[in-house]
Amino acid sequence: MKSLEELNRIRQQAREALKVREGEQPNRIVVAMGTCGIAAGAREVMTAILEELAKRSLGDVTVTQTGCMGLCEHEPLVTVERSGQPAVTYGNITAERVRRVITQHLVNNTVVGEWVIATKR
Amino acid sequence: MRELSLHVLDLIQNSVEAGASRVDIYVAEDSGVNRLTLRVTDDGKGMDPELLRQVLDPFVTTRQTRRMGLGLPLLEGAARQTGGSVAVTSVPGQGTTVTATFGLNHLDRAPLGDMAATVMVALAVNPELKLGYRHRREGSEIEFDTEIIERQLGRVSWGDPRVAAWTRETIRSGLTRLSEPEGTGPAHDKGRLGYGT
Repeated sequence: MKSLEELNRIRQQAREALKVREGEQPNRIVVAMGTCGIAAGAREVMTAILEELAKRSLGDVTVTQTGCMGLCEHEPLVTVERSGQPAVTYGNITAERVRRVITQHLVNNTVVGEWVIATKR
Repeated sequence: MRELSLHVLDLIQNSVEAGASRVDIYVAEDSGVNRLTLRVTDDGKGMDPELLRQVLDPFVTTRQTRRMGLGLPLLEGAARQTGGSVAVTSVPGQGTTVTATFGLNHLDRAPLGDMAATVMVALAVNPELKLGYRHRREGSEIEFDTEIIERQLGRVSWGDPRVAAWTRETIRSGLTRLSEPEGTGPAHDKGRLGYGT
């Protein structure tokens, strides 16, 4: 089956990339995926993150989730943790905005100040 | 919620929160009886009869960050406004099943929406989860099962963005084929996604 062959090829490439990155501290993107986040658009935001990471071949980024953070009015919430830097939480994020966060914050190391709602050391 | 597939994602998240290692999603669209059924079954810790009795009450939650549990009451509201309902069964230590039915052609029914994105995101954020997804439409059915795929390939990194894209595309094309009239494509294409029939 072409489909399974394709997945197998992707799987082997992912394994090779993982070997190269062993020992590195990965950058992290955390998306709040509680009911409030999902209702506000967290799935679309997560989809955009995965698409952007695949497009830019950013293999040193781990995407993960958290539950409701008690800041429902600011959902969707996305936290960016660059290795060795404070964690920055962005609020009211959309698919379009998260693409800019990835470009500006993760790739170019400049926080997108206008959407920041919390910074944690 | 704008789409019923977002409720499915929320139910999967509940299952993971309840310690499930496997979740099975079943969607059935049956115009003959004008019904859309969503069912999510997990092998999580389950609920005792006391919690089960209150599970559709928005002021009951196991969470600590806010004192309301909105997921199931929202789902019940969405089902009831189409003439449907929500049933929850649970056995402590064995798991929980949530079944929601909707009037398929009811004007107030939210669209099912992007089930491929729901499955992709559920696996990307819960890469250890074993997930089965069956979707039946007017007698034809597709099936996606991470355990069957991993039995053939070995461990798959479901959180890898390229694997996520594969998952979404595979399910999307399966759902598109499911919409094709009988006899317009190879029959086996409507079966198991990604790993043949």
